[in-house]
Amino acid sequence: MAAATVATTLAACGGGDSGGGGGGGDSAENEASDIGITEDSIKLGAHYPLTGVAAPGYSEIPTGVQAYFDFVNANGGVNGRDIEFVYRDDAYNPTNTSQVVNQLVLEDEVFAIMSGLGTPTHNAVTDFLNSEGVPDLFVSSGSRLWDDPEEKPYTFGWQPDYEIEGKIIGQYVAENFPDAKVGLFLQGDDFGEDGAAGARQYLEDQIVAEETYVPGNTDVRPQISALQAAGADFVLGFNVPSYTALSQLTALQLGYAPQWFYSNVGSDPVLVGSLLARFSEGAVSDASLLDGVLTTEYIPGVDNPDNEWTQLWQRVWEESGQEGELTNYRAYGMSQAYTMVQALQSAGQNPTRDDLVAAVEQAGSEWEGPGFSPFRYSEDVHAGYSGMLVSRLLGEGSEELTPVLVTDNGDAEITEAENEPASPPESGIPDEEPIN
Amino acid sequence: MSDLQTPASSPASGAATSDAPTTATAASNASSVQATGGRTLLPRNTLLRHLLVLVLCAVGAVILLESTDLGFNAQIGYVAFYAIAAGGLTLLTGLNGQISLGHGALMAVGAYTTALLLDVEEPLPLVVIFLAAIALTSLVGAVVGVAAARLHGPYLAGATLALAVGLPGLALYFRDFLGGEQGLTVSSPDRPDWFVEGIRTLSGNSASGVKWIAYIAVACLLVTYFLLANLMRSRIGRTWRAVRDQEVAAELSGINLGTWRVLAFLVSAAAAGLAGAVLALVVRLTAPTAFTIVLSLSLLTAIVIGGLGSLLGALIGSALLVFLPRALRDAGESLDMDAAQAAEISYVVYGVILVLVMLFAPAGLVGSIRLAWMKQRARRAGARTRG
Repeated sequence: MAAATVATTLAACGGGDSGGGGGGGDSAENEASDIGITEDSIKLGAHYPLTGVAAPGYSEIPTGVQAYFDFVNANGGVNGRDIEFVYRDDAYNPTNTSQVVNQLVLEDEVFAIMSGLGTPTHNAVTDFLNSEGVPDLFVSSGSRLWDDPEEKPYTFGWQPDYEIEGKIIGQYVAENFPDAKVGLFLQGDDFGEDGAAGARQYLEDQIVAEETYVPGNTDVRPQISALQAAGADFVLGFNVPSYTALSQLTALQLGYAPQWFYSNVGSDPVLVGSLLARFSEGAVSDASLLDGVLTTEYIPGVDNPDNEWTQLWQRVWEESGQEGELTNYRAYGMSQAYTMVQALQSAGQNPTRDDLVAAVEQAGSEWEGPGFSPFRYSEDVHAGYSGMLVSRLLGEGSEELTPVLVTDNGDAEITEAENEPASPPESGIPDEEPIN
Repeated sequence: MSDLQTPASSPASGAATSDAPTTATAASNASSVQATGGRTLLPRNTLLRHLLVLVLCAVGAVILLESTDLGFNAQIGYVAFYAIAAGGLTLLTGLNGQISLGHGALMAVGAYTTALLLDVEEPLPLVVIFLAAIALTSLVGAVVGVAAARLHGPYLAGATLALAVGLPGLALYFRDFLGGEQGLTVSSPDRPDWFVEGIRTLSGNSASGVKWIAYIAVACLLVTYFLLANLMRSRIGRTWRAVRDQEVAAELSGINLGTWRVLAFLVSAAAAGLAGAVLALVVRLTAPTAFTIVLSLSLLTAIVIGGLGSLLGALIGSALLVFLPRALRDAGESLDMDAAQAAEISYVVYGVILVLVMLFAPAGLVGSIRLAWMKQRARRAGARTRG
């Protein structure tokens, strides 16, 4: 308790100083301006499934985040402070999530939580984080729950939500496959629901069947045969990677060969390829089944090795000296870490937790980074990226089919993005102006 | 916690029955302070003695909660809901000899009831909500118990396993009502003014929401254990033990096996319902992924490690469930492992510890200590008679 009082007092001092010494610029000194910040460090926390069913793929995200923060720290940190990144395992169980986040906030005393992964898991902690006033930035889930500035002023989404993804996919299919009979293959939660709602805005007349699976039930034969029986020659899947593999194998067994379109979440060719090999016990050995499958992208990944951002991530990954290859999940983590550094820079030299939130609200929509489209952040909107593009998978690479398309929730129109894709700065580290 | 057992079963009478249950449930069979008539300051009346222990534990709990930081307070909340459920399960398994792999699902009933009742404009008083959660879970437990009363061993395990796997699926099926995969968020009940004032005058700490919930959880734990301890030492507890140890003898004594088994299931389910209600408050969310088979198995490991049939054992087992993986993970990280490796290793070491306890202390921690103590006393008594 005494520590908290001291921190509050210091925070008040910090505010006064930055007001008075505003003209001083670099001469101002670092202070312990809030919980989790000292003169030379900032502590950030996160929760991921590192063990259990959801661990394959997702457990690689924190290694990417860590690699990028190591890279930033090695080059002087943010305002001379090193970023200390503490992440813990929740095994994708909300009870564990609330337990580890309690620990991160109350015992480790982090400055902010970032990149918390999963809809049901993170949903368990938003109330707690908001009541404690802990910034809850860049949740790793496309649910629309994170865009609620009235009830959850400290929570921000990051990736494009599933509804706008559904809209962009729906419009693409309606324009390019006007005669297709579309079947929907959906995960039975808000992911499938929001995606389908978005797609139906454009495809209502073309959809001939809608099939839902329950995560955990590995038999999708009933769903795939129902799609086949309904005569669907185009299947649009809002599902996780393991169900991409299961639906491919089941369709192979049934002799069913529609055009497949998997939303971004379920389409990582490397992971799906390894799952295919495992599920089929070696009968299908790589991702060749996925050749020609359509999907969406909103940040550059390892399937675009020539992209400057991918090259930066490659460099960062090699410098970090961690085991394994750069993967799309690690690229995802690095992209989030890049955004986090932008947020910390915008929040000023001696930020409080509220300064960090204000920085995302005020400056977030201006940040240029790896994302193809700008963020939607403002005081009234806490939703992340505004758009994505449609691409076709070829081996472990991909080919872009549309320009970047941006839109918003509801019946907002879909337009081509106006911004040019940004190049990474020379140093590989962003340089944002403080908001105050 | 008050962990006082029936005076009826001395070691000798335990030995008269088949061997296996006596060793495994040594923790519940041990003769109590009262039976020995030895030197003790505790009152001889069971109710008075339990009340005294309850008051002592309550004072101890307040001291513990006020002398530790908020992070530890939060962890105590987790220990409390595991311990409430484990207490009910240890009564069912340790005292009555029935196994249940479905207690996680019963907790889900309590948790969803609480979440739904709190999610209104003017929620009922918390006590009423808890009682409703207990009542509904007991009802489900009684229905399961009727089926369970006819089953034994692996068949009973299978039937309750079906409950654990099937029940959380209802939340996905009735998505609009029960929130589906993403679950229902639980609005925290407001902390009353008297609590804030009380904490300030008591210790000068600020009474945050986390602390209020920790106090609710501990209060529920103490009341549950007080009631369960009384029940275990009553005629009802003795009848349950009789049903467990010698079915034929029990039936010949006029005990209706089925009725008593259903009753045990009902009491055990009531505890699971309250545990679910507390879980809802502590976790602030009820989602199907929180009530998987893993939860049911964790409860079972807690009571087996602690000692079947012992409330103190259930509490120790629950505390290990919360603190051991964490301690192992921190130890792993201090050995320079990354978080993922440390998390994986912690499960392996946890498993090894389980196996070791089963090998070297088959009666669980409390049971083994009690067995050793009884052996020593018997030896001394033997020496006295000879001398």
